[in-house]
Amino acid sequence: MREVAILGIGQTKFGELWDRSFREIGIEAGFAALQEAKLSSKDISALYLGNMASGSFIEQEHIAPLILDYAGLAGHHLPAIRVEAGGASGAVALHQAYLAVASGAHDYVVVGGAEKMTDVPEDVQTDIANASADQEWETVFGATLPSLWALIARRHMHDHGTRREDFARFPVLAHEMGSKNPLAHFRNKVSLDQVLEGSPVAQPLGVMDCAPASDGASALVLGPLEKAREHTDTPIRICASQVACDTLALQHRKDITTVEATRLAAQVAFRHAKRTPADVQVAEIHDAYSISALLALEDLGFCPKGGVGKALAEGTVGPPGARLAINSSGGLKAQGQPFGAVGVAQVAEVVRQLRGEAKERQVAGAQVGLTHNLGGTGATSVVHLLERAT
Amino acid sequence: MTVARFWRETPRRYNLGGNRCSACSTVYFPPRAVCPTCQTHRQSLGKMEPFTLSGDGEVYSFSVVHEGAEGFEMQVPYVLALIKTPEGPLLTGQVVDITPADVHIGMRVHAAFRKLREDGRAGVIHYGYKFAPSRESGASEPTASPASQEALARAAARTART
Amino acid sequence: MTEEKVGIVSYGAYVPRYRITPQEIGQVWGTDGAAMGKGLNVVRKSVPSPDEDTITISTEALRIALTRGKINPRDIGALYVGSESHPYAVKPTATVVAQAVGATPYLTAADFEFACKAGTAAIQTCMGMVASKMITYGVAIGADTSQGAPGDALEYSASAGGAALVIGRENLIAEINATESFTTDTPDFWRREGQRYPSHGGRFTGEPAYFRHVGECGRRMMERAQTSPQNYQHVVFHQPNGKFPQRIGKSMGFSDQQMKYGLVTPWVGNTYSGAALLGLANVLDHAKAGDRVLVVGYGSGAGSDAFDLTVTDRIEGFDRQHGPPVQEFLDGGVPLSYAMYAKFRGKIHLGGS
Repeated sequence: MREVAILGIGQTKFGELWDRSFREIGIEAGFAALQEAKLSSKDISALYLGNMASGSFIEQEHIAPLILDYAGLAGHHLPAIRVEAGGASGAVALHQAYLAVASGAHDYVVVGGAEKMTDVPEDVQTDIANASADQEWETVFGATLPSLWALIARRHMHDHGTRREDFARFPVLAHEMGSKNPLAHFRNKVSLDQVLEGSPVAQPLGVMDCAPASDGASALVLGPLEKAREHTDTPIRICASQVACDTLALQHRKDITTVEATRLAAQVAFRHAKRTPADVQVAEIHDAYSISALLALEDLGFCPKGGVGKALAEGTVGPPGARLAINSSGGLKAQGQPFGAVGVAQVAEVVRQLRGEAKERQVAGAQVGLTHNLGGTGATSVVHLLERAT
Repeated sequence: MTVARFWRETPRRYNLGGNRCSACSTVYFPPRAVCPTCQTHRQSLGKMEPFTLSGDGEVYSFSVVHEGAEGFEMQVPYVLALIKTPEGPLLTGQVVDITPADVHIGMRVHAAFRKLREDGRAGVIHYGYKFAPSRESGASEPTASPASQEALARAAARTART
Repeated sequence: MTEEKVGIVSYGAYVPRYRITPQEIGQVWGTDGAAMGKGLNVVRKSVPSPDEDTITISTEALRIALTRGKINPRDIGALYVGSESHPYAVKPTATVVAQAVGATPYLTAADFEFACKAGTAAIQTCMGMVASKMITYGVAIGADTSQGAPGDALEYSASAGGAALVIGRENLIAEINATESFTTDTPDFWRREGQRYPSHGGRFTGEPAYFRHVGECGRRMMERAQTSPQNYQHVVFHQPNGKFPQRIGKSMGFSDQQMKYGLVTPWVGNTYSGAALLGLANVLDHAKAGDRVLVVGYGSGAGSDAFDLTVTDRIEGFDRQHGPPVQEFLDGGVPLSYAMYAKFRGKIHLGGS
C-alpha cells in the first residue's frame, strides 16, 4: 500500500442555495479542487461521489455519471461511483478513493460529496433524513433521528451524570466558528441560553441542538504522496482512513451511550497512524446533534466517559486556542449539513488548518488533524487522521 | 408504505413474535436468521426457534417528541422510548396513556395494541405495539400523578367558572 | 332454547383513558352543559386517544378476557365484533382483532352492525354455534368510538369503550339460561353510508323506539324464564344516557340497588355497542355465585336482545384481578379540554386534508 496525499480541496457555500442546482454545486466543488491540485480533467482516473438521498431529494439517481458528464469528463469514460452511507456518505466515498490510490489501482482521483436538500419542503427533508434510521423497527413506531439521539442523551445523563448544559455548549461553539467561516450556512453567534431555550424538537434536544438541512458540495483530489510535490507545496498525508459499522437500529446496541463503531474506528486509526489522541490539535467531529458531538469526544478518546462537560468548561477542548480545537469550520451545526458533502467538507477544513490557510479560524501550529463522520445513530462511523507531509 | 410491506410484519408488530437461538438461548426481536452473538454463529442458521415476548418491560430511555415522524403529526407531543424487556431485547416504541412529565427511566410498562399510522384518509390503517404504564407501576392510575392532578384541577377550575 | 348449557367463560372490558364533561362541551356551544349533563345523567364521557379505535379497544378487551379465562386463542372458533364505528367501511374489524390475539387462521370471523345492539346479536350467534358444537369458544365483542356531530345533543354522551365475552359450554362463570329478541323497523337513529355523523329522530328515539323495544323484550324474557324482577340481583339495560335505563328499570319494577352495577354510562358516556356489555362486565366484577342477572340490549332501527343469566360457583375462583376492573374506568380518567377533544376525535384536520 502506498501513501496517499490530498492535493486539492474545493467547496461551495453551504446553505439554502435557491439559485443553484445539484449538478452546478457538484461541478463547482470538483473544479476548484482540480485547479488547486494543478490537474486537468484528463489526469483523473476515477470519481467517487458521496451522496445520501438524491433519489428522494431531487428524484435523480445515477448521479455519479451525471456529475462526471457536466464536469466535461464523460468523453474519458472514467468510472464514476456513488457511495451511500447515510450521513457518512462523504467520508466513506473518501475511504473508497483512498483505498483505490493506496492500492495503486488509480493515481489521481476526485472525491466529491454533494447534497441538494432544499428542493423539497422541510417536513419531507426530515422524513428523508429519518430514512437512515431503521424504517421497519424505529421510524414506523414514531422514531425520528433527533428523537433517537434524544434517547441516547437521556440515557447518557442517567448513566454518566451528564447535564443538559454539557451538550448545549456545542452549538454555541459551532456558531462562534461559523461566524468566521464565509462558506457557513449560519454566520450568527448564539448564547447558551438560546440553545437551552430553543423550542423542543425531541426532549431533551431543542431546535438549536440540531444541525440544519443544507445544500452544498465539497471535493478533494487525492494522489500518491510520492508525486504530491509536483502539485502542491503543502500536501496533506492521510495517515489513517477507517470505517466501522454497527447495528442499524439503536435498539440492538449493547450500550447506547457509546458509539462502538466510532470507538473501534478511532482505535484502529490511531494504531495505524502510530498516533494517540494527545497528538491531535484539530478535529472536525460529527455534531449533527449536540449530543452526537459529546459522544464523539468520548468515543474518539479525547475525553473520559462523562468528562466532556468538564473539558469544555475548562477549555481543554474548544475553539482555536484550546488544547484540542474542534469544529473550526462551524461543524454540521453552523457550517451546514448537506448530508453527502459533510464528510468531505470536514476533511477540507482540516486540510486548510494543516496548511495554515484557515485565516481567523486558524489553529496555531496544527500538525495532526482528525475527522469524524457518522451515519444515522452510528451504524457507520468514519475516522480519518491527517497530517502535514514533511 | 405499501400494504404488503407492513402486512408481512404483522406477526411481529401485532404479537411481538421474535425468535431465540437454540444454541445459546439469546432472544431476538425482530427475529433474526442467524444468531449474531452465539459461538456457533453459522450453526445457528436454520436453528432459530420462534419466541414470543411477554410485552412486559421498563423504560430504558425516553424522549418527548415535538416534531413527529411522518404520519404522527396528530399525536405530537408524544413519548418515544426504548423499552427493556425481561427477555432481553430493547424495543423502540411510544409510551401512551401517560402525561409526558410523568415518564421516567425504570418505569414499568406493558405492550398495548394501538394504531401506528394511517396511509392517508383513504389508505390502510397500520396497527402495532405501543407501551402503556403497567397497572402495578401505579402510573396507570392517572389521578395519582402530580401532573395529572394539576390537569384535573385546571379542568375543575374551568368548569367552576362556567 | 338450547338443551346444552351455554354461557360466559370469560370477559374483559376496556375504556380509553380520557374524559370530557358536558360542562366543557356546553361552554363551546353556549349551552348549559351542567343542565344538559344532569338531564342525560351523564357526568363525563370517555374519549379515545387519536391512536385508538374499535379495533384497538376490541383487542385490549379480548386480550384481558383470554388471560383471565386462561383460554388458548387457537380454541376460538368464531369471532364477531359488533360496532357502528368499524374503522373500515369494507374490511373487517374482526380479522385484525383475531390476528392480534393469536386466534388466526382456523376460525370464522365477521363484523356485526345493528346500531347499539350488534354486540348482543354477536352473543346470540356465538350461543347457537357453541350449543350446536360447531365451535368450542365463540367471541362476542361490542365496542364503539362513536361520535355525535359537533353541537348535537349526542355529542354530550357519545363515547368510546367496549367489552369482550368468550362464550362456551364448559368452565362457565355465568350460564345463559335463555335469550329473547324483539325486532321491528323503527327509524329512530341512523347513519347513511359515507356520512361522518349519525342522524336521529329526536324525541322519537324515546317511546316508540328505546322504551317500547326494551320494555317488550325484557317482559317477554321474564315470561319465558318464568321470573319476575325480584328474582334478579342485577339488571343491565342498554344505556344511551344515564336516564333511559333508570326510567325503564323503574317502570318494570327494578330497584336502584338491582341497577347499581349495570349502569355505567353516567361515568363513561354511551359506548354504544359496548354499553350493555360494559354494564354486564361491571356486574360480573361484583357478582357472587348464584346471582341472577337480566340483560336487555337495544339497537336503533330497531331491536332488543335479552338474556337471563345465572352466575356460577366458578366466579369465586375466577381471575377477576387481571386487567382493570370496570370500576377503575368509572372512577379514573384524565380530563380533556374541548380543544384537545376536537384534536383527538379528528375534528381538526392538518394540511387541509
